[in-house]
Amino acid sequence: MDIAQLGQYVVNGMMLGIIYAMVAVGFTLFFGVLDVIKFSHGDVLMLGAFTGYAVYLGLGALGIEASWLQLALVVIASVLAMAGVGALIARFVVLPLRGAPAFNTLLITLMTGMVLRECVRLFFPAGSNPKPFPRLLPDTQWAFDGFALRLDSVLLFAAGCAAIAGVHLLINHTRLGLAIRAVAQDSETARVMGIGFESIVLLTFALGSGLAALAGVMNGLYYNEINFGMGLLLAVIGFSAAIVGGLGSIYGAILGGFLFAALQTLGAVALPFGSAYKDVFAFAVVILIIAIKPTGLIAERSSERV
Amino acid sequence: MAAVPNDLLTVVPRGARPWLPGVLGLAVVAVLLGAFFYAESEWEVGVLLAIAAALGLAAPRVPLLASAETAWRARPRLFAWLALLAALGLIGLFREEHLALLMLATALFHIAACMGLNVQFGYCGVVNFAGAAFFGIGCYTAAMLAGHAALPTALIFVLGGACAALIGCVLLVPVLRTRGHYAALVTLAFGVLFRSFMEVNDTFGGPQGVKLPDMTLFGWALAMPPEWFGLDWSFYVNYALLGLALVAGLFVLLSRLERSWIGLALDVVRLDETAAATFGVQLTRWKIFAFVLGNFLMGVAGAMYAVMIAFVAPSSFTLGDSLILVSIVVLGGVGNQWGLLPAVVIVMLVPEKLQFIQEYRFLLYGLLVIAILLFKPDGLLPRRLRRYGTEEAA
Repeated sequence: MDIAQLGQYVVNGMMLGIIYAMVAVGFTLFFGVLDVIKFSHGDVLMLGAFTGYAVYLGLGALGIEASWLQLALVVIASVLAMAGVGALIARFVVLPLRGAPAFNTLLITLMTGMVLRECVRLFFPAGSNPKPFPRLLPDTQWAFDGFALRLDSVLLFAAGCAAIAGVHLLINHTRLGLAIRAVAQDSETARVMGIGFESIVLLTFALGSGLAALAGVMNGLYYNEINFGMGLLLAVIGFSAAIVGGLGSIYGAILGGFLFAALQTLGAVALPFGSAYKDVFAFAVVILIIAIKPTGLIAERSSERV
Repeated sequence: MAAVPNDLLTVVPRGARPWLPGVLGLAVVAVLLGAFFYAESEWEVGVLLAIAAALGLAAPRVPLLASAETAWRARPRLFAWLALLAALGLIGLFREEHLALLMLATALFHIAACMGLNVQFGYCGVVNFAGAAFFGIGCYTAAMLAGHAALPTALIFVLGGACAALIGCVLLVPVLRTRGHYAALVTLAFGVLFRSFMEVNDTFGGPQGVKLPDMTLFGWALAMPPEWFGLDWSFYVNYALLGLALVAGLFVLLSRLERSWIGLALDVVRLDETAAATFGVQLTRWKIFAFVLGNFLMGVAGAMYAVMIAFVAPSSFTLGDSLILVSIVVLGGVGNQWGLLPAVVIVMLVPEKLQFIQEYRFLLYGLLVIAILLFKPDGLLPRRLRRYGTEEAA
């Protein structure tokens, strides 16, 4: 393998990693405040990408052509809309099932994801076909010895890192973050201290879903194609990443996301049968890691032990 | 439930005929089910569903219907036999209808697979989101053995289950070491892994799948129309009977298992691991038992299903299919084998009948499961406490 091909694999892997990490951070946030897995997360991401696409079409119809303005409006609209959707899902699907077995929450959010997916397939115009996502980023390329680094990849990667860093700052250095951490640590005590439990939960879900919407738009910008089924596999991978890293830890989610992307890339590069088995390989290693470290690589600080 | 204040203290009055409302209730269910298979037009199906929903909602409040339930609970063995007879009657009634029998047999094989899931997380609390994968392992085992080895069909069914159980053992270490969401991930990842493996693998037919030859079970040609009683039968009647025999056999086996000390041990493991360990119940042993037995049952059901449809392809074993199996169990009421019946009708049969909602069926069915989880989280027929000391305990 020559250096150009290797470079291409590394860039691809990094992009996958940052998107997986963003999805996994969402899972870990929700798990932190409510101890639930919201499996509709991947489909919220997909809906975010479709919202962005719809906004782009709308802007085109309005005659707004400047691509930086289009990009800004697409991102803002999609993030805000998905933050709203996330809060609605939390309010009407996840919160009513507090106290029910964790299994029921998992199932109801899986079903919510299916409903979102089906709604896009049925009610978005020609929603069952893949849609060409516009190229809104500059298409500059730098050539290094046969390997071309695209500027848009660099920008997307930087945007992903900035978003995760922003969430991290918000959680660790603001009053809102303090409230989120308080609810995550002990929701009863947090309530006694005057923290509005429900509003914090809704805000956290809005935050995680907004992050997913950004990841969806980034996914669209990188691959220039979106389809209604893209969310399910991303949800499974994001969930795997969050679990392998250790639920409840942002660093764990980032680690897990990049680890999964690295495994997929490694599977595509190193396995003798070619890239067909990359998912099989990645999931097999995930199962193996869970068998060796059952609480994930970065364990929760207070895991239930007897 | 309101009419039965306390499960443990329900007393059937002496001299009353407690079985009469029970028989009537069973007859109503059988007639509705028969009419459902018979119904051709969509509005007929709609009317039947409305009637069934109304009866279901009214059941706890109308004394006659409530006493039917009491009768079923008082004489479970008698009514299980009657239900079997009713099912045989339905099969006899639809002996020439290919489609009705195919639907019935499909439903029965899926009920059997869900019974396996019920053992896993209904009894023992071991979650499994890879039901379709274990079902699929059974299917592929049957396809491979039927195509490449001259083994008796009965042995193929058993080997289908054995393969599923054996491959499931690979997951034992992670499943046993993890809890909650972490355990859910292990099976979820395995389900995705299985499907992508089957898609890219040429040995097992790849995405195009594998065909199965016609099979003979102890001299009984399964793919030929039988000639019983000088009547015309569809060949699907063989599979419907096979499925019914499997479900009935498993029902007997699992209800005895549930009543035995094994069932108690499994329940304790599910409800409180710490207490179970304190009282000397071996957590590891019972989790392995439930996981392996459940996978075995799913594999057997899969092998039989594969022989029926004579074609196996990876697209039938997606995450969505695993979720359908899990939804059937949750809808019916986790741990209650009877609950699987209405659940399988709602999840698998109604969309087949209502072709005009075919396009919207996943949407409607997702909304339905959400509604059930929000408003009736114990499922349609919640599992009841065991009752020792009644006539059935003898």
